[in-house]
Amino acid sequence: MNTDQWLGLVTGVLFGFLLQKGRVLRFEKQIGALLLKDMTIVKFMLSTILVGMVGILLLSSFEIITLSHKPMNLGAVLIGGAFFGAGWAIMGFCPGTSLGALGEGRWHALFAIIGMVAGAALYAELYPFFKTTVLAWKDFGKIGLQEALGVPLWVIVPCFWAGTISLFLWIERKGL
Amino acid sequence: MKLKTDEGGWNPYFAGALLGLLAIISVFATTKLMGKTNYLGASTTFVRAAGILEKTVAAAHVGSNEYFTKTKVVVDWQFMLVIGIVLGSFISSILDKSFQLESVPPTWKRRFGPSINKRAVGAIAGGIIAMIGARLADGCPSGHGLSGMMQLSASSFVALVMFFAVGALVARIVYGRIS
Repeated sequence: MNTDQWLGLVTGVLFGFLLQKGRVLRFEKQIGALLLKDMTIVKFMLSTILVGMVGILLLSSFEIITLSHKPMNLGAVLIGGAFFGAGWAIMGFCPGTSLGALGEGRWHALFAIIGMVAGAALYAELYPFFKTTVLAWKDFGKIGLQEALGVPLWVIVPCFWAGTISLFLWIERKGL
Repeated sequence: MKLKTDEGGWNPYFAGALLGLLAIISVFATTKLMGKTNYLGASTTFVRAAGILEKTVAAAHVGSNEYFTKTKVVVDWQFMLVIGIVLGSFISSILDKSFQLESVPPTWKRRFGPSINKRAVGAIAGGIIAMIGARLADGCPSGHGLSGMMQLSASSFVALVMFFAVGALVARIVYGRIS
């Protein structure tokens, strides 16, 4: 294995360890969040985002790392996002958590993994079709929220933090 | 606020914050060691896995496929990251004795009964739909939900809203009848 692969493996082990410790891998947690009954994965994901956002935006402002926005290809993000949401609700896992669930013994996650590999193969065949249709509709490019909204980052980040903390307080008050 | 949950796990705010730190260290480490900033993600690896498997039976077809060529069918950093998730979760669940063999999730069982075949059909069908969606949207809850949100990518906000809004709607239809 080369350096890239070793680095990926070590990072992945820590990633999987934290996902398991946060108890966010289980089918019950994913469906619980989608049924708005158990907000464990919402608390977990938003905490990751709050912390990660500060470090990553600082590192990028000092030009130590580069940001890599995914394209704001509106039709593809809307339709793809809807498809993903529907499939996620049916299988009860997302790509990352399916592997983690397998690691903690929930072997039925294998079916989800088989389905997703098949879906990826199917997408590779359908790509020429999507490229001339959905993907060709309207691409706003690789933009950040600051460009989309015309509001500077130092305004967005505190607002995002305040909004998320308010949501946390509301979730805790409701006991979700 | 409790540091440990009733299920023996870590407080989700705490575990999530630690993952945020890992994400920061990871972008720094990949930039320094690989010369290119890499962000946590998972769904592209499914394309590479599909390509590797298809290559064993139809190498020429994979070689001429535009999407496989664009994505590059190789075992890269993210591929090993995804394998690492299985290992890390295994280690953690063995250490705190939460490892448990499960063939059908309890919520699914209450709604659709104990049949493994039914669960397999649901999971495979859901997996196909979800992965086509993830590739179209160019990310999943890791790539868009975590990495994209941290960078404040415009597309990730739209994607995450769609994931949860449509997911909540479909979950209500599929599992809504169980209390």
